[in-house]
Amino acid sequence: MMPVPQIDRILPELLLVITGVLIMLIEPVMPPRMTRKPIGLLALLGVVAALGASIWQLGLPPGTAFYGTVQTDAFSVFFHVVICSVVLVALLIAFDVFDGTKERPAEYYALVLFGAMGMCLMTSAVELLLVFVSLEISSIATYILAAIRKRSGKSPEAGLKYFLLGSFATAFFLYGIALTFGATGTTNIAEVAAMLPKSQTPAFATLAVAMILIGIGFKVSAAPFQVWTPDVYEGAPSPVVALMSTAPKVAAFAVLLRITYGAYPAIHEHWLLLIWIMAALSMTVGNLGALRQQNVKRMLAYSSIAHAGYALVAFTALSREGIAAVMFYTASYAAMNAGAFAVVSHAGGYDEKLLSVADYKGLAYRSPLLGGALAFFLLSLIGIPFTGGFFAKFYVFTAALHAGEVWLTIIGLANSGVAAYYYLRLLTALYNKPADSAPVQSVPRLNFSLSLALLLTVSATLILGIFPNLTLSVARAGAATFNTVSGSK
Amino acid sequence: VLNENILTLTTFVPAAGAVVVALLPRQGRIIQWFTLAVALLTFGLTLHLPFHYQYGRPGFQFEVNVPWITSPAIRYHLGVDGISMWLVVLTGFLAPLGVLASWTKIDHRTKEFYFFFLLQQTAMIGVFVSLDMFLYYAFWELTLVPMAILISMFGRYRGTEAAIKFFVYTFLPSALLLVGIVLLYAKTGTFDFAQLQSILAQNNSGLSPHALFWIALAFLVAFAVKVPVFPLHGWLSDVFSEAPTAMAMVVAGKLGLYSILRFNLGLFPAQARKVAPVMIALAVIGILYGALVALVQKDMKRLAAFSTVSSLSFCILGIFCFSISGVDGAVYQILNEGVTVGALLLLLGFLYERYGTYEISSYGGLAKRMPSLATLFVVTSLALVGLPLMNGFVSEFLILSGSFPGHAAWVSAATAGVILSAAYMLWMIQRVFYGTESTMVTKANTADMNPRELIAVWPIAILMLVMGVASPLWIRAINEGVVQLTAPAAVSMSAVKQ
Repeated sequence: MMPVPQIDRILPELLLVITGVLIMLIEPVMPPRMTRKPIGLLALLGVVAALGASIWQLGLPPGTAFYGTVQTDAFSVFFHVVICSVVLVALLIAFDVFDGTKERPAEYYALVLFGAMGMCLMTSAVELLLVFVSLEISSIATYILAAIRKRSGKSPEAGLKYFLLGSFATAFFLYGIALTFGATGTTNIAEVAAMLPKSQTPAFATLAVAMILIGIGFKVSAAPFQVWTPDVYEGAPSPVVALMSTAPKVAAFAVLLRITYGAYPAIHEHWLLLIWIMAALSMTVGNLGALRQQNVKRMLAYSSIAHAGYALVAFTALSREGIAAVMFYTASYAAMNAGAFAVVSHAGGYDEKLLSVADYKGLAYRSPLLGGALAFFLLSLIGIPFTGGFFAKFYVFTAALHAGEVWLTIIGLANSGVAAYYYLRLLTALYNKPADSAPVQSVPRLNFSLSLALLLTVSATLILGIFPNLTLSVARAGAATFNTVSGSK
Repeated sequence: VLNENILTLTTFVPAAGAVVVALLPRQGRIIQWFTLAVALLTFGLTLHLPFHYQYGRPGFQFEVNVPWITSPAIRYHLGVDGISMWLVVLTGFLAPLGVLASWTKIDHRTKEFYFFFLLQQTAMIGVFVSLDMFLYYAFWELTLVPMAILISMFGRYRGTEAAIKFFVYTFLPSALLLVGIVLLYAKTGTFDFAQLQSILAQNNSGLSPHALFWIALAFLVAFAVKVPVFPLHGWLSDVFSEAPTAMAMVVAGKLGLYSILRFNLGLFPAQARKVAPVMIALAVIGILYGALVALVQKDMKRLAAFSTVSSLSFCILGIFCFSISGVDGAVYQILNEGVTVGALLLLLGFLYERYGTYEISSYGGLAKRMPSLATLFVVTSLALVGLPLMNGFVSEFLILSGSFPGHAAWVSAATAGVILSAAYMLWMIQRVFYGTESTMVTKANTADMNPRELIAVWPIAILMLVMGVASPLWIRAINEGVVQLTAPAAVSMSAVKQ
């Protein structure tokens, strides 16, 4: 067999970086009054190319490159495709929002691309240090993105908060890597798994997993590391939230899968309990927190905490079925959440005029398409059949039940019942008349890029809900790249 | 060919109609006429079923069974037996009436209304025809969505609250239902109703009796909320007084009761027998409680709600006594309930359109001004209280006589409910239609029923009479379905078929 050129293994990442650099070079030489749309188009093109390259990677024989630090397989390709699609949607949402404003859109596009590159690399890295580096690349980009609306007070505040807490959490992650090295003498995921049973200091390994879990728990905003989420989501611009509530989490879940199932299967009894607690807490804290929110973005922030909890439930299955369920969950969560934020972003406009649930009253009449789309995403978030959200929950809880986690399943499903309450409050508001005293809201006009973003997310959510097999079989192929946790499963 | 596709067509024609409604212009009454046409077409399609139903043939009829999702093994499996066939027809029958009831009352946001209205039809029919547990669950959950949105949109005062109450009330136990379904699947590897039935009947599901009991209970609670069974009826009176007529007509009864029959009796007969004493007690309490509370209601819609609790509890009584005639009666009572309460709500809706209130004390002496409405109202009430020759009599008689042996004390108490129902209905009629004319009625001076309203109610009135005198037309198929569902012989039959 011909050896695969090393560069092929990181082709999507390369394309993203090159596009990002190009954008940074072009924008300064553009006349100041000229529209920045061509830059946006270039960014879109770069992401589409990366998406294509990821799919093309599927044809490569699975293997590693760069001294065993990068691995491409069905698993990495699955996450590449999800991340690139979300980034594509995020760019489409922002296409008109950032144009014609005082902020420099090129900054936004370049940062999104660099962040996307970091996230993609996270999912294919099999060397903990590279995981850390790519995690930092993606995090730093998102910190800045959260603060990009410099002229409003809340956005820089959100960025700063995110940055401070985020770097604190990354430090834990790094400690975890150091302890892993202490316990096993290596930071390569496959070697860690091999060395672990022979480790002289197994206590280090347990501590290492716990540290790594804290770091990742922060990134996916799982309780008890979720406190930053509502503040940051509220303050950051909506198009950015559409991105940062989905893509980095998807990538972080990929890393978590690689670390728990790839590096530390031998001590699963230790991390299993921790993840169990995180899952139960996240679902409960997220949903109970969301119940009282009047601000829509805060409500969706709490909802995203809860959804991180649902995905964590599947980790407890300790089986390939569980891995596939996590992968399916991240894909459908990404589709419906990015879609919901697309509507929130567009309905609110650049100044984010629509804040509270009451402001959304009658949106379905002012703009049937926007209102209908948001209603659809909310139904998917509730987990109504024939939407992606339903099958995502279904697979997660089926996997957990197969593993005998009846209580976690009951906690989870009871939670999804509670969650229906707050999603419905927003959903019914869409179809209700606004109060007579309320100021007349303008009708948001649908433009081409947003329509395309909605079309992508709605059809993805619908396809995941009616033909889940397509995605699930790919996720299964990805899960098959892992050795199973315990011999029997 | 039609026999194989009839159920798919019946289920999805309304949904396809909904998509077209979404695209129609908001001009004149185009949307109403179109929805009416779709509803009539659906009704026509449902009528195909009783005309081509083969009596004496075991198993499900008009079956479609193709794989939908390979893993987990979910199949697109539709089919009806004598029970679900008539429920499908009932759903089809009520759809055009719902459109007529909403004709003028829904004068704004019509597109949204009829879109969700048609979607609701698809979801309800889907519940009755699905023979794959998963598919069933999907439709079951889907029935909540259009209903909740419509209640919220068109509520009178506190629509959103009623809608959310309704949704959460039914969604929470449905989550446990899903746990039950998935646990069954995890152990048996199938969602198929017939396969599950034979596996459970032969007792080789691999689940402990303890676990099976809890699963059966999860099923029962989820369904009981939707019926609603006392004491889970908290949502019903709010929904009845808030929901638009077309939605209130279909919200209670049939979906939950059908599910209890199909799954608690069909899959878990032993577990159902275990909880039967409790259910019978709850049913009788529900009958009496509903009737007594209805007696003191000042609002006609709320009276209708509690009367519904009372008469649906008769179905529960019939089901959980496990005699064939009792269960037959229960199924017939579901149909009667759908028809009679449908008529009652239509008539109340017409009154509300004219006078803008459901307050009993505001009315009085209406019979002189609106003779045809008064006539139809009296006919409906007589059917509701179970007057001989009317449909309600047949079902209540079957239930009471079928369940009397073995439960004499409870059934005697339930009989008091029949008397109470006559008391509250006739008392309401007396206060609303007879006596001295109230100032509101004098002042408003409105016309009697118009042709559209007459067309909506007269078919029901005739049907109530026909169902009273020619009940075997319906009960023959129902009885076959019930026998097949409850008899262990039928279970092995379907096992052989698989």
